[in-house]
Amino acid sequence: MKRIYAREDLCLGCRLCEIHCLVAHSKSRRIISAMTREKGQITPRCKVEESGQVTFALQCRHCEHARCLEACMTGAITRDPATGVVLHNADKCVGCWMCLMSCPVGAIQRGREGHVASKCDLCQGEAAPVCVANCPNEALLFEDREERKK
Amino acid sequence: MNYLVIGNSAAAVGAVEGIRSVDAEGKITLLAAEPDHTYSRPLISYLLAGKVGPERLDYRPADFYEKFKVEAKLGQEVVAVDTAAHTVATKAGEKFSYDRLLIATGGRPFVPEIAGLAGARGAFTFTALDDARRIDQYLKESAVKEAVVLGGGMIGLKAAEALLARGLQVTVVELADRLLSTSFDRAASELLEAALERRHAAVCLGGTVEKVIANNGAVSAVSLTGGRELACQLLVVAIGVVPNVEFLKSSGLKLGRGLVVDDHLRTSAPDVYAAGDVVEGWDFLAETKRPLPILPLACRQGRIAGCNMAGRDESYLGGMPMNAIEICDLPTISVGLANASGEPYEVLAVRNPERRTYRKVVLRENKIVGLILIGDIDRAGIFTGLIENKVDVGPIKHLLLAEEFGLLSLDSEYRKHMVSGPGIEV
Amino acid sequence: MRKWLVEPDFILTRDPDRCINCQVCVRQCANDVHVHDEEADLVQSDSEKCVGCHRCAALCPTQAISIEKASLEFRPNGNWTADRIRAVYKQAEGGGILLSGMGNDQTLPVLWDHMVLNASQVTNPSIDPLREPMELVTYLGRKPDRLELNRDANGKVSLATELAPQLRLETPIMFSAMSYGSISYNASFSLARAAQAAGTFANTGEGGLHKDFRPYAKNLIVQVASGRFGVDPDYLNVAAAVEIKIGQGAKPGIGGHLPAEKVDAQVSATRMIPERTDALSPAPHHDIYSIEDLRQLIYGIKEATQYTKPVCVKISAVHNVAAIASGAVRAGADIVAIDGFRGGTGAAPTVIRDNVGIPIELALAAVDARLRDEGIRHQASIVAAGSFRSSADVIKAIALGADAVYIGTAALVAMGCHLCQKCYTGKCNWGIATQDPMLTKRLNADVATRRLSNLLRGWSLEIKEMLGGMGINAIESLRGNREHLRGIALSDRDLNILGIKAAGE
Repeated sequence: MKRIYAREDLCLGCRLCEIHCLVAHSKSRRIISAMTREKGQITPRCKVEESGQVTFALQCRHCEHARCLEACMTGAITRDPATGVVLHNADKCVGCWMCLMSCPVGAIQRGREGHVASKCDLCQGEAAPVCVANCPNEALLFEDREERKK
Repeated sequence: MNYLVIGNSAAAVGAVEGIRSVDAEGKITLLAAEPDHTYSRPLISYLLAGKVGPERLDYRPADFYEKFKVEAKLGQEVVAVDTAAHTVATKAGEKFSYDRLLIATGGRPFVPEIAGLAGARGAFTFTALDDARRIDQYLKESAVKEAVVLGGGMIGLKAAEALLARGLQVTVVELADRLLSTSFDRAASELLEAALERRHAAVCLGGTVEKVIANNGAVSAVSLTGGRELACQLLVVAIGVVPNVEFLKSSGLKLGRGLVVDDHLRTSAPDVYAAGDVVEGWDFLAETKRPLPILPLACRQGRIAGCNMAGRDESYLGGMPMNAIEICDLPTISVGLANASGEPYEVLAVRNPERRTYRKVVLRENKIVGLILIGDIDRAGIFTGLIENKVDVGPIKHLLLAEEFGLLSLDSEYRKHMVSGPGIEV
Repeated sequence: MRKWLVEPDFILTRDPDRCINCQVCVRQCANDVHVHDEEADLVQSDSEKCVGCHRCAALCPTQAISIEKASLEFRPNGNWTADRIRAVYKQAEGGGILLSGMGNDQTLPVLWDHMVLNASQVTNPSIDPLREPMELVTYLGRKPDRLELNRDANGKVSLATELAPQLRLETPIMFSAMSYGSISYNASFSLARAAQAAGTFANTGEGGLHKDFRPYAKNLIVQVASGRFGVDPDYLNVAAAVEIKIGQGAKPGIGGHLPAEKVDAQVSATRMIPERTDALSPAPHHDIYSIEDLRQLIYGIKEATQYTKPVCVKISAVHNVAAIASGAVRAGADIVAIDGFRGGTGAAPTVIRDNVGIPIELALAAVDARLRDEGIRHQASIVAAGSFRSSADVIKAIALGADAVYIGTAALVAMGCHLCQKCYTGKCNWGIATQDPMLTKRLNADVATRRLSNLLRGWSLEIKEMLGGMGINAIESLRGNREHLRGIALSDRDLNILGIKAAGE
């Protein structure tokens, strides 16, 4: 399946990915409203890690054997059988943090939207995830490496 | 192929999903003692608290059985398994045959011998939906003001939290010197006790309920170790769960502390598999077989057992204890041998009383084997991954408890491996 | 500089209604213009440090930043302009030579803009390049005096003359000399890859050849400059051609200086000099004091490369450029590159950049005419350099007599350069003219390669369109064909030197 891959040698650490992710998951979906009026109520699903010269953006890996999926006690985390995308349904989530505990890359966060977990949905409905589309240095790639390997 | 699944929780559902990932056509019959659609067991405390309605209990969507082509026979308790004849018998006297059988009957609450407990109204266990319903009913019918929860483990604490939400005066009684005694240390417990106390719950450590005092057959008080008496109109017994294997006594299946399985989750009888809280699974940290009644492992075992039943060859590499639980707005996570101390263990810990946080990592030969995070739990999964992958963290020990700990703190090879996505490297 | 004499070049304004406090600008500015005030939770900007590179504005997700020229006006004075006054302030303070990056930015007339191209009407019909083949292939190198042919018994004809080595260009545009060191690894790498993809050549400059770029060496021209950095037999032999750098348009007559802080391990290995030492290129080649000396070096290189590669001599366009070019051809140069006074640089004394040398238009016309007059034009190809801003400039240069052009600044702009002229500070916010690892990674070599390739493709398509319009189907037919140019608002003297008629003639 198509996944997001980060190239840390090219990541600027500008955090535009976080900003655009936040906007895409806001109510208004307008950047100024999202970053001002809705500030503090939305969690970017993408997280930039930074240490010295190395920076990269990280989102849910949509693992083949997703630990979060098996740890989810409510059934809020599911896999779309058609696309393989691991999705999180906030309406079913009660914020038990089992997924957060299980994710080996630390890509699930406590959401600010409510007492629920927050994770990347690969921007369902968009041609490409907004973090990828808005990376000014193409440090994020959205591609199917398994397919390419075949 | 004729698959028979006994159980209807995480392991059973995982097995159905596992079977169907391999075999789209085989017949699957599911037998469950409870009459309900597969529901999330841990959510019963949320239901009792009124945080979720009954419509949110479904562990899988309403069309789950239909979609996975499962003939679900709910409310059919299995009372015997005949491994030679490849049949199981239900309480109602029906017989079902199988080509492959999965036993995923979970655990049942352990209720110790307590004087006056048997038959007393207002005393409940708290592991099934029916328990929540009955407690809810009892709260509505009777004038309950005070409740005692016996057991400061996961279930007891979630029960206590739910009862607090219902406006009761709650006392948690725990025999050990700390809450969540299997995974927490004193420091962690203290933060949890404080969180409970901020909600006006009382915590009684180092004692137990010796006697239940009833009035007209209904619980009116309990007497604790040392003679102290606590007035209460509701008692929840939540000491723990044990594998639900009673009905297998005559089956000839090998039983230890739970149903014994091999690394393919096969029991001692051919074509019989088991998964979830009912089994005695491999604990790769303690390096022993023991029941590890936690939902993620049940789900994983179910899926692996299901795949194997359908003909794939997948090993279960073992699990470790791990739990995330939030009590009274205090999020906590504990993983692995969180409580280990002395040789050969090394403990790193930081406490921040102001922020009410506590972070502790237990190392064994420079590998993380245990973790406690209280308050500040973000990115806990990275530690879990390090434990599971047995990563040598010697060189980054000083970074483990740093505020900015993340994937970047790790060795770049491991980081790249994780960033490509575990299991999806290409 | 004393605070009261520092005047900002730009005034940076932040629209408070649009600023979302995301701090992208803070993280992007290597000049520390933007600072996040933790206490106020506000981003504040210090215009004094702004170099006008637009990095912050370009990445600002809400277009909250505008950058304007500072409007702190002096009393109007056509003689003592603001720039001159400020330069005196700076120099009075520091006492040194003022430096600049990029090319001459003075408002002297650009002669390309005073020349127009012809097009066919009725007679000699124009050609549609989308329907008919259009040839841009260009060969650079010495052409024979005459061709001798063999005819075998069957009447089949073959070439008897042995041809000198040639560079085959799919389009008559090459990337001019920019050294690894003055520009980043990714920038150099992108130029090499784009040259290969487009079937043309990039010039390594005097920075040596990084081992990683060797796979692209077939599309690289290596330079032998006065510092001889990175030169060894292998360097000469692996490349497509060798260029002897005598001068550079931005700073004729002076040498180069790569400051020690830019000489990291990689640059040091590539240039074959110790790490963290200044890389000083002397003003002259100390072994070249005459055309005869130049001939020795040319033939030394030809010997070293077994006469398999064309040797180019690059000179600045100065007053007697035609005579020098003629001397270079007679000394054995297969290609003469002429760099006009608008040519770029990573660092040059501003006074030299802005006042020394002549425009490429006049230099090119003079050299072409001189070589023709002397009957040696075929002995060397002419490559023009020194600020080609568009395909129109390129095609006009070819009509004036160039075989091909070098583009430097245009290539940098394609990669993101905003001509802030601060290359010499090493803090290029676009990751081009810097060795700071935090900055160099801002230039994604894949993206830069793609953009450079696109530029070459776009210009080539435009050249074909213009050729077609003139009724010409091969670039060779335009070369030196000054009938296709006319001058506008030029003096008779200019027209005479350019060798073109005035529009309307």
